[in-house]
Amino acid sequence: MGLISNGTTLLDAGAIDSGIAQGSMQLITTLTASSSANLSFTSGISSTYKEYVFKYISLHAATDEAELNVNFSVDGGSNYNVHKTSTFFRAEHTGGGTEATALEYRAADDLAQGTGTQKILRTFSTENDHSGSGTLTLYDPSNTTFVKHFLARGNVIQHANDTSSVAFVGGYANTTSAINAVQFTFSSGNIDAGIIKMYGVL
Amino acid sequence: MGLISNGTTVFDAGAMSLGGSMTFIKKLTASSSGTLSFVNGASSVVLDDTYKEYLFTFNNIHAATKGADLQFNFTIDGSNYNIAKTTTMVRTLHGEDGSSGSQAYYGSMDLTQGTGFQILFGDINNGNDDSGSGYMQLFNPSSTTFVKHYLSHLQISHETPRSMNFLSAGYGNTTSAVTGVQFKFDSGNIDAGDICLYGIS
Repeated sequence: MGLISNGTTLLDAGAIDSGIAQGSMQLITTLTASSSANLSFTSGISSTYKEYVFKYISLHAATDEAELNVNFSVDGGSNYNVHKTSTFFRAEHTGGGTEATALEYRAADDLAQGTGTQKILRTFSTENDHSGSGTLTLYDPSNTTFVKHFLARGNVIQHANDTSSVAFVGGYANTTSAINAVQFTFSSGNIDAGIIKMYGVL
Repeated sequence: MGLISNGTTVFDAGAMSLGGSMTFIKKLTASSSGTLSFVNGASSVVLDDTYKEYLFTFNNIHAATKGADLQFNFTIDGSNYNIAKTTTMVRTLHGEDGSSGSQAYYGSMDLTQGTGFQILFGDINNGNDDSGSGYMQLFNPSSTTFVKHYLSHLQISHETPRSMNFLSAGYGNTTSAVTGVQFKFDSGNIDAGDICLYGIS
């Protein structure tokens, strides 16, 4: 049974009519960590959207100084090993009685055609109320003409001296194959808790 | 017939809102285009006091000319793109061969009350698989009290080849309502790519 209002079909056959505005940023998947080795999005990435936004919210590390990483797959998640060239810089402010600030390019955290993971947040603390949050945007992953650009920005309380550290990351996955899976991991230990949401942008 | 639940109208008179604060307004697709312009009231573009924030997204902007710079400017009359702007630009770069990993303030890409176009990214490559993507936020363009702030962050495959990241910010120094935004390369056409405009409510 459908639902029609003033001659306009709103709902029918278990679906919202395509003419109904649903907002341009649509939640696709939410993954919740629970001592998870990784959080992997292996479905829902297609040509339906030209832009995918991943929001990592209150990720908590199981291991001190673990670093949050991302990688991409072109084979549905069997292998996360796409070549990437990237940049990474961060601003930091250390409190806890040791006032210090820093703004620096992190050559150790960028990639030059590397197939390993790309760092997006540095050196987590495992204290109970510490975590890291941010956003990664992946552009047009299904495109088979262009490389795949990504941008990430996030903040974390670092292990040393309650340092607030904001990371700015940009780069491209140097492949013209369609990216169809994205995986988040820590450099050591599990993702103790937190969520990562994947949105598609129409 | 409408449906009201707990005091909220869910649908009425053939219209239904499912929420969502990011509303798609307009997509312009380049095809060897000299400019891509979003002007309030033209071609279904909304750029007025309907929203306090507007978001432009750039998807695989491809240059016809190697080394071209993508730029933008504001208009307050729909035809002249010449608003004075004061801006900053930070860029990072890193080569595919591992060279040149660095960040810097890019003084050659900022403006000091300049009425010319502000660079969003520079020196893009025009190889078949090269492009630039990212976003620009424009805040409260219809305000007649405040200057008009913007923030942008774009990522490109540079001609070297290398990854380059551009973070720009600034303000259109006018208390007139900004009613349009134009994008173009400093040389050559926008060969391909999409720019989408969203309103944030």
